[in-house]
Amino acid sequence: MASLKDLRNRIASVKATQKITKAMQMVAAAKLRRAQQAAEAARPYAQRMESVLGNIAGAISGGPDAPLLLTGTGKDQTHLLIVLTAERGLCGAFNSSIVRLTRERALSLMGQGKTVKIFCVGRKGHEALRRQFEKQIVDVVELRANKGVTFADAQKIAEKIGAMFAAGEFDVATQFFSRFQSVISQVPTAQQLIPATFAAPAAAATGAEAVYEYEPGEAEILADLLPRNLAVQVFKALLENGASEQGARMSAMDNATRNAGDMIKKQTLTYNRTRQAMITKELIEIISGAEAL
Amino acid sequence: MATFPFELVSPERLVYSGAVTEVIVPGAEGEFGILAGHAPFVSTLKPGVLTIKGDGGPKKLFVRGGFAEANPQGLTVLAETAIPLAELRAENLAKMIRDAQEDVEDARDEVTRASRQQFLEQLTSAAAAIEADARTAH
Repeated sequence: MASLKDLRNRIASVKATQKITKAMQMVAAAKLRRAQQAAEAARPYAQRMESVLGNIAGAISGGPDAPLLLTGTGKDQTHLLIVLTAERGLCGAFNSSIVRLTRERALSLMGQGKTVKIFCVGRKGHEALRRQFEKQIVDVVELRANKGVTFADAQKIAEKIGAMFAAGEFDVATQFFSRFQSVISQVPTAQQLIPATFAAPAAAATGAEAVYEYEPGEAEILADLLPRNLAVQVFKALLENGASEQGARMSAMDNATRNAGDMIKKQTLTYNRTRQAMITKELIEIISGAEAL
Repeated sequence: MATFPFELVSPERLVYSGAVTEVIVPGAEGEFGILAGHAPFVSTLKPGVLTIKGDGGPKKLFVRGGFAEANPQGLTVLAETAIPLAELRAENLAKMIRDAQEDVEDARDEVTRASRQQFLEQLTSAAAAIEADARTAH
């Protein structure tokens, strides 16, 4: 039986923890709103980019001079897995579910005899994958110093990926991140970046009027836009990830706060019972002492 | 004068959206003006000044990297950077030019060097144009 003092200390410590988790939940809620706004604001750019690229790519992809970023190298021997995770923990299963998806993919690719390379963005993913895939990890980018994600960050990552592709270090690139659906639901997703895939151009919607004039030529525009598209896709994934992270942290911290509340209730009950028992015991001692006289 | 819907989008947000009468875009092969009812047209951008003419005085923005798409629904410009000239500081631009210069020096093969050199030249001429614009404004 714990003494009263022990119980008091334990209750105080749980209360302190509860305050922290509560604060973290509120911070996450505020950040979530901002992250969601950023993700929404970035959507039009990605959409337009995709529709224009889809149009041009549809016209040119059959040609012999189609850029490699679009058609790929024609092989799928070496895979680059780009893992986008958070810099910080305490956000439920957010990081681990992305890492699990990556690990499954990596193991199945390696089982097929393919070469796997891993590019970690974010500290948590690197920490989780380091032990098992030490040799496969080719690069790590941490975004810890930055407040929020900027397009420049995405551009730097995309440039690295582009340079690696140009050097022939991989054939297929896939990025892993968490798609934000709602505060309680984030879906770990794999998206293929290279060769680029586009939704088939909506030929029916634009119809015959979609005869564009291109300046400079289609091939030049495509060569200019594909690397940009890479950055846009990475940026979109980073923003989705940011919103997902905050959402996951918010619900995880909400749970933690509630659990702490339950614990406090239970321990307060034990504390009061113990106190009551001690008072009763002392009373009995006094009364039985008086009776004995 | 006839107006048409125009959108200027940067990766981070929608910068401008509304009906305008004319937009002058710094295209990769020269500046061009877009009026209502332009034929479907796609062009990449060079760094430079984009001018929006609509209600009130013309709005000028510095844009770099991206493309413009004109279609019957209107004009859309996607730019990696879009800063109103009033907010663009000279040192900002100077830094961009310095970065571009370093890029030229870092280039390993001729093709990238040539393209970076071209980018640098476009950037410097844009800077000169902006400076001239600032002088006439005062």
